Amino acid sequence: MTASVTSPLFPHRHLLGIEGLSARDITILLDMAEDAIEVSRQVEKKKSTLRGRTQINLFFEASTRTQASFELAGKRLGADVMNMSVASSSIKKGETLIDTAMTLNAMRPDLIVVRHHAAGAVHLLARKVDCSVINAGDGAHEHPTQALLDALTIRRNKGRIHGLVVAICGDILHSRVARSNIILLNALGAAVRVIGPSTLLPPGIERMGVEVFTDMKKGLTGADIVMMLRLQRERMNGSFVPSVKEYFRYFGLDAEKLAYAMPGALVMHPGPMNRGVEIASDVADGAQSLIREQVEMGVALRMAVLEALASHLPNG
Amino acid sequence: MSIAPPLLVLDARLVDPATGTERMGDLLAVDGVIAAIGTGLSGACPAGARIVDARGRMLAPGLVDMRAFVGEPGAEHRETLASASRAAAAGGVTTVVCMPDTNPPIDDPAVVDYLVRRARDTAVVRLIPAAALTKGLAGREMTELGLLREAGAAYFTDGAKSITNAQVLRRAFTYARDVGALIVHHCEDPDLVGDGVMNEGELASRLGLHGIPREAETIMLERDLRLVRLTGGRYHAAMVSCADSIAVIARAKSEGLDVTCGVSINSLTLNENDIGPYRTFLKLSPPLRHEDDRIAMVEALAEGLIDVVVSDHNPQDVETKRVPFAECADGAIGLQTMLAAGLRLVHNGEIGLMTLLRALSTRPADILGLPQGRLAVGAPADLILLDPDEPFVLDVADLHSKSKNTPLEGARLQGRVHMTIVEGRVVHDIA
Repeated sequence: MTASVTSPLFPHRHLLGIEGLSARDITILLDMAEDAIEVSRQVEKKKSTLRGRTQINLFFEASTRTQASFELAGKRLGADVMNMSVASSSIKKGETLIDTAMTLNAMRPDLIVVRHHAAGAVHLLARKVDCSVINAGDGAHEHPTQALLDALTIRRNKGRIHGLVVAICGDILHSRVARSNIILLNALGAAVRVIGPSTLLPPGIERMGVEVFTDMKKGLTGADIVMMLRLQRERMNGSFVPSVKEYFRYFGLDAEKLAYAMPGALVMHPGPMNRGVEIASDVADGAQSLIREQVEMGVALRMAVLEALASHLPNG
Repeated sequence: MSIAPPLLVLDARLVDPATGTERMGDLLAVDGVIAAIGTGLSGACPAGARIVDARGRMLAPGLVDMRAFVGEPGAEHRETLASASRAAAAGGVTTVVCMPDTNPPIDDPAVVDYLVRRARDTAVVRLIPAAALTKGLAGREMTELGLLREAGAAYFTDGAKSITNAQVLRRAFTYARDVGALIVHHCEDPDLVGDGVMNEGELASRLGLHGIPREAETIMLERDLRLVRLTGGRYHAAMVSCADSIAVIARAKSEGLDVTCGVSINSLTLNENDIGPYRTFLKLSPPLRHEDDRIAMVEALAEGLIDVVVSDHNPQDVETKRVPFAECADGAIGLQTMLAAGLRLVHNGEIGLMTLLRALSTRPADILGLPQGRLAVGAPADLILLDPDEPFVLDVADLHSKSKNTPLEGARLQGRVHMTIVEGRVVHDIA
């Protein structure tokens, strides 16, 4: 890719959420990611855009795939990447978070990638540091790079996002992935549906630009894209839904329910999957599944984000 | 069960609480459903039909009881599905909803399935299990409402237990709304009940017994209705017992909430004074209240603020009842005597016959989504033939329940069920 694509075209210092991005901003990132895919598919998966830059992955919440994806993205762009996993139990919330931010800031990083269990924590941190901050997930608020990589995956398979019917299914209440996707897909002109038991739907969700369904078969009818969400184990046994058995029966994506979607509808999942809870194995591994492709797109998309933000760094 | 042969009832006083009409006529049942209602049906009698000459007696829909404790599985020495169903048949009750407070509790689709099959094989009336709302009736985690409903659960309730955790209830209400399930809740705050064993007031103080304030019921009922307002969905208060609760229910209904409530036959026909010298068969939950409360219940029933009357049938044996009042179990049997007890109100002029029958058949059937509870062509042929005036003295030896804890022992009653018909089959016949 050419250096000219990046620079001032993306007019933001941080990536804290999809909220606040224009359709044009999103499209720029997706276009840049297309180029990054090519880099990752070469033998020498290396560029020098971020040479000399320091990237810190600050994870207050355990993560394997997102952290690995950001690490690879930074390294493929030539940055020095440091991973910091901070056990959330040892953190005493607000004050210590700011102290951590100030300490790191003093080490003069260029980019900080942050995941935190509390909604809003990444925004708080971003106000206290001089570098660019990327939200890698804050509580049930936003996970912008996941939504962007999902959009990239959809666009590459369907050729467009505008006009598609996208059904997001499962635990919407606790999902930052759902919130970021709802905002992004609306911005690009998709028709968004959410499907789940009412206990897993946040109040007022219908005013976020989605059509709400509590019946999976009705919600899937006519859908082009089916996005499944992970159901956390502690929410399965009578608190939000009665049991795994009942959840899978009514909300687990199996071949029978998928048949209600459009022929050739594509299946996505941000991972990690609970097979037999929200998705049946044959569907997860089936011909309509994009789940593995999403992981590849994740690295490319994150490379694009790092490059776009780096263009605003001092001496960028 | 095989299909019953056709049944023709001639010369009956046909009373249909669904339409509020009565007239003289005949009724023909074929294949378990009402095939024709009219006059001169004897001319159209199908071959092999059983003919019953009603001789002018009343023919009404069989009663639908939304609340009975049975004991199977786990307490078969107190009551089985078979014995409960015989008591029900003798009392004119043709559909009974069984409470999930069994051992094991009815909180798993396999248990519902077992009970449905067991009732089919051993009971003479329709018995439908209600399923637990929370696992193990523990008040913490909701049960598999969707799967239990598919298995045949009538509705969801923790039976004699009240759920104190509002968050649990909120989520259960929310989830139940999605699957279209009816939630029935017994409103009696266990903390406010505390050591209480009867209505709080002068009488309890004189007897030296701890009282149960009316607020144990009204606070929980108010809370539940606020949650219903928040979540939507269908809610039924199992039993109200005091005047204050009527005001709470009236407000919710006037707001248009999908809310109904029941009253136990005991709260309608007895008061705390009937406890007399510590009669343990009158220790009930909710407790018998003051006569003013009883009158308020009757008036609310007449006005339609109370929707249904239930037997709250609860068989207890010597071990659980022949102990000091404060230490005995709650409950009285009622399946066999509910109609006769209710007719006392009619004979006393407190309530109309049609109102009583509606609250005992049509309304509960409607709330449960069942087609019975009416005299209409196509409706199930669940019928009772009765003489509402015939006097009798209740002899405990005539009770079909395995347990004999009736508050009406030796009572002079009026109104006798001569014949009970379920799905076109005669299951009780005193002739």
